[in-house]
Amino acid sequence: MYRKKVVTTLAVAATLGMLMSSCANQAGTATSSDTGAASGKVNIPALTKIDTPADAVLPKGDGKATCPATTTLAYAGAETGPNAQLGINIFNGIQLAINEHNAANAGCQVQFKKFDTEGDPSKATGPVTQVTTEASIIGVVGLPFSGESKATGNIFEQAKLVHITPAATNPTLTENGWTTFFRGLGNDAVQGPAAAKFMTGKLGAKKVYLVQDDSDYGIGLGKTTSDALGSALIGTDKVTTGQKDFSAVISKIINAKADAVFYSGYYAEGAPFDQQLVSKGFTGTFVGPDGLKDDQFIKQAGDSSNNAYFTCPCIPGELIPSFETAYKSLANAEPGTYSIEGYDAATVLLAGIDAGKQSRADLLSWVKSYDKDGLSKHYKWNDKGELQAPTVYGYKVENGKIVPVGAIGE
Amino acid sequence: MLSSLLTSMPMDNDWISFDVVALGQNFWSATFDGLTFGSIYALVALGYTLVYGVLNLINFAHSEVFIIGCYAVFFTLSGLGFGPNAPHLSLASIVLNLLLALIIAMIASALTAFLVERVAYKPLRKRNAPRLVFLITAIGVSFTIQYIIRLIRGPNAEPAVTMFKPTPIFDVFGTIVDSQQLVIVVAAVIMMIATERFISKSRTGRGIRAVAQDPDTATLMGVNKERIIIITFVIGGILAGAAALFYVMKIPSGVQYTGGFVLGIKAFAAAVLGGIGNVRGALLGGLLLGLIGNYGQILLGNSQWTDVVAFVVLVLVLLVRPEGILGTSLGRSKA
Repeated sequence: MYRKKVVTTLAVAATLGMLMSSCANQAGTATSSDTGAASGKVNIPALTKIDTPADAVLPKGDGKATCPATTTLAYAGAETGPNAQLGINIFNGIQLAINEHNAANAGCQVQFKKFDTEGDPSKATGPVTQVTTEASIIGVVGLPFSGESKATGNIFEQAKLVHITPAATNPTLTENGWTTFFRGLGNDAVQGPAAAKFMTGKLGAKKVYLVQDDSDYGIGLGKTTSDALGSALIGTDKVTTGQKDFSAVISKIINAKADAVFYSGYYAEGAPFDQQLVSKGFTGTFVGPDGLKDDQFIKQAGDSSNNAYFTCPCIPGELIPSFETAYKSLANAEPGTYSIEGYDAATVLLAGIDAGKQSRADLLSWVKSYDKDGLSKHYKWNDKGELQAPTVYGYKVENGKIVPVGAIGE
Repeated sequence: MLSSLLTSMPMDNDWISFDVVALGQNFWSATFDGLTFGSIYALVALGYTLVYGVLNLINFAHSEVFIIGCYAVFFTLSGLGFGPNAPHLSLASIVLNLLLALIIAMIASALTAFLVERVAYKPLRKRNAPRLVFLITAIGVSFTIQYIIRLIRGPNAEPAVTMFKPTPIFDVFGTIVDSQQLVIVVAAVIMMIATERFISKSRTGRGIRAVAQDPDTATLMGVNKERIIIITFVIGGILAGAAALFYVMKIPSGVQYTGGFVLGIKAFAAAVLGGIGNVRGALLGGLLLGLIGNYGQILLGNSQWTDVVAFVVLVLVLLVRPEGILGTSLGRSKA
């Protein structure tokens, strides 16, 4: 008897709840259109094409290369884990480069092996040690994230194994005295100031609220960005990896009347943050770095992502037609963030193999003295392993897609 | 090395500073959000408390019972055409859709709880395994379910499902209470009161209390212990299913294989704070934990303090009252 009563009570409670929510929804639909066209949103037109270097080195080379059948390049980085999509973009780029190389060079079939770190610094040392103990691996593309790169740089250094990161942007990574670490893109000492300039300049933000996560990447970029923001910065907050509820941060942001929020971290937290921010009535702009620039961000944040802009030291590979078509047929998806950087990094290593640099030592010195154009930009490293001429691009969300708006911070 | 250490320090030099002004400004919004989250903790905490009361077992797999409910909500609603954007539907159809999602989530969670009990705990009980074995099994089951979900659904969070757009309902001291907060708190509290009355008034509830108090005597008095255990797990599952709907309502993109883990730990802490084994304690503990975490993070200036503050308070309370705030066991609770 009593059980019946309880079930009834539960049902009544639930129904009441639903009724209330639905009333709310009806009121909500009327106002939903005006938040879509967020007030004060600056309209920056999307970029439709970029120029590629005329004599860019391509993976296919001259087609006459020879190498032992055991020659192997490896990718170490996230294949799974909460931010896996960035890793997937990269290894598809590498795979494409290697496929193109092997198709053109019958005498040199380079093997490709992947090692999963889940993007997690505490899990990365195992797979990386495995990479260094496999003698046939002479060059590595990875690791994508800053935290894991910091944790594993010494292992590569001891094995004298050259590795080019296509995505890790924490500036301190090149200050460890490592001789095997090369960064295939601009770092956050470049991205932070560029982002600050983008917000206060093109986006016209006067009051920026900065929120960072607890990763090496988020902390490093948070610092360079807030230094560059100066007096436009009206408040900061910190969140943790894996956090899902941002209501306290959001109420501070809304009370501070910020007109832009910069989130220094990855999309796994950034997407729910933006979604909750907008549903609490925030009408300003949301700006995030390369760690947020992924279709997953839009997928998880929905319509809320319409207020989002991104900064990224990455080149929009989707605007290079030859690369875009080839990538699409391989991965069955548009090139993502860092796909072209992965492709270019692999190309640098493949060009070395084709030039007869087929041991770890030879390939390392090849990369050190490399000075040629890649598809995305010019590759020449200084003695610390930083690129000499990095660029930062701005991106925005338009019709549910991330589109480039041009180089920023110059 | 040193330079990298220095840059990884927090941006502000004073680590712990108390921002009383910010707390003053955000007090009411922190309160409402804290209560909303606290209600969700409390619903999940009930599952821990009930099972602990009956079996003296901390069922760590309960966080996965909860996340299965979240997936059920996600699949039901996305199957019904809900997506990342608030739907434009008529009142009646939203009520029906959400009710359907609620029922399916409750069934899915209850079924998971039932299966966990049958597959993992019953065989151990039959063999009179020591309590430590149950604990390790519980942790094992928790990870197993997490990784099964990950195998099937992948590591990324599912796309957001927004059920409705929160709209302001009324004002408290200049802070808006929105429909979402109100729905979650009211519905959760009603469900908890119903559970409490079921445990204290119904015949089955009396059976649950009897088994909690003294399983052997209860069996002698004609209580079917195995049946009571199953009912306990199923009630916990039903409440977790309801919590799942509210959680997805609050955090539309929170459906992820690891999504239940931290929430489960918090809910377990809420159960301990209120007094584990005590039904009212779970409610009180959940609401308190939600509030304390929210106040703490605003007072200390950033969100990374939420869990620290919540758990420090937990430790302090347990130092004074090791049995929790309302610490009488389920068996001894009168009501």
